[in-house]
Amino acid sequence: MNNFIYLRAADASSAVNLLAANSSRGAAARFLAGGTNLVDLMREGVETTHALVDITRAPLSEIQELPDGGLRIGALVRNSHLAAHRAVRERYSLLSQAILQGASAQIRNVATTGGNIMQRTRCYYFYDIASRCNKRAAGSGCDAMQGFNRIHAILGTSPQCIATHPSDMCVALAALDASVNVTGPLGERSLPFSDVHRLPGDAPEIDTNLQPGELITSIDLPASAAGLSSIYRKVRDRASYAFALVSVAAALKVDNGIIQEVRLALGGVAHKPWRATIAEQLLRGAAPTSESFATAAEAELAPAIPRRGNAFKIELAKRTIAAVLSELTAGEGGGQ
Amino acid sequence: MTTSIETETIFLQINGCRKNLSIEPRVSLLDALRDHLHLTGTKKGCDQGACGACTVLVDGERINSCLALAIQYEGREIVTIEGLANSGELHPLQQAFIDQDGFQCGYCTPGQICSVVGMLAEFGKGAPSAVTKDGAANGELTEAEVRERMSGNLCRCGAYVGIRDAIQQVHGIQQANQGGKQ
Repeated sequence: MNNFIYLRAADASSAVNLLAANSSRGAAARFLAGGTNLVDLMREGVETTHALVDITRAPLSEIQELPDGGLRIGALVRNSHLAAHRAVRERYSLLSQAILQGASAQIRNVATTGGNIMQRTRCYYFYDIASRCNKRAAGSGCDAMQGFNRIHAILGTSPQCIATHPSDMCVALAALDASVNVTGPLGERSLPFSDVHRLPGDAPEIDTNLQPGELITSIDLPASAAGLSSIYRKVRDRASYAFALVSVAAALKVDNGIIQEVRLALGGVAHKPWRATIAEQLLRGAAPTSESFATAAEAELAPAIPRRGNAFKIELAKRTIAAVLSELTAGEGGGQ
Repeated sequence: MTTSIETETIFLQINGCRKNLSIEPRVSLLDALRDHLHLTGTKKGCDQGACGACTVLVDGERINSCLALAIQYEGREIVTIEGLANSGELHPLQQAFIDQDGFQCGYCTPGQICSVVGMLAEFGKGAPSAVTKDGAANGELTEAEVRERMSGNLCRCGAYVGIRDAIQQVHGIQQANQGGKQ
């Protein structure tokens, strides 16, 4: 690991100021929260910043009720605390389920909500500095395209990059229509969760739409997403502590034999948490039957582009979507 | 970079003792423990957060010390395997690992034991795991719960059965001391 200057911020605004004061064009300082991804990337020589601004002592660890019935989660609330929080378990079970299926207990005890969002979209070629990777070194090529690409993306890919965003938490946040509050050199703003992460396009080195120097301060969960029956199902190569091959976050409401509301997002398939808007559109107003589930899943995966190692993900994603929706609607005559 | 990086003098609170040390900011908590403070009980396995051999307790919670920068943990209460025994008397988990053959080579053992200390505290507080039924209060520490909650600690010798039995031995003692299940 290269050496660096370590700076400690007392609050969000001093963190933003410290980062700006220690960054110049082409040499950006970085915020350090739990460090479970950033420290690892620095040790591997993938990240080489000259200055870290430690934000973990800033007062951003609260979970607060919002006046409209939603919840505001401080950016430094740790993953294990968020998953165990009573209001989250009762009203946003999908989020709790997703977090608990990610990483290990040791990592969840340290990893923060903001840091989970800001972890790099990545693959093993990104991590291996001897490999070509457009994300790590723009324009250098991509060894994943013809390499071992079992874990790679099938949706929203570009000829530049097929890496996936590995978070489980973020798949739930995408389905729940969360919003992300940030502060930065130009002030405060809020982004819909689906606008936070990017598809690779021609600039796979950029993972998010946050501007340089911007810091996530909190995440809002809307009241409208509370209390829906929901399932997060993760399919992976071992039973625990492995990234998703495919994951499905689903929440819905059925009334009078009709799907009134549905939220569906996929993990392990794209450069960003994938909100399955095509499937949602087909499901809304439909009867909860095996046929409608299969049709919706088929349509969502129709644009998928397989590689040699990951073609199985297309069928796996379709079946997992259908299985989760059937389980969710089992009491409503679903999946018949 | 041409910027000169000074070593920084920090203090770490480890096993109840205040330790001063001069380190570069890039030194991990694991390397600070082993190479600077000569507390070599904590082991370096993968050095990337995958194996759990470096697990220590910070303010009572288990973390991977390899993914932690020592400087970030200034002032926190750190407990390593060396801090578990009470004036020569083994911690109940250390005794249970011996009783139940919870190891072969022993390399993962300090991390396993620290991880179990943290895990049983989490379970006792009602923290859910991925296999806890939604909305259910934690009742039983089932085999599935143990497997899921300990998935961050690998044992290359495959002593998992003994580790599980050691966990159940201590969990049983804790339950009995609390007058049975709540």
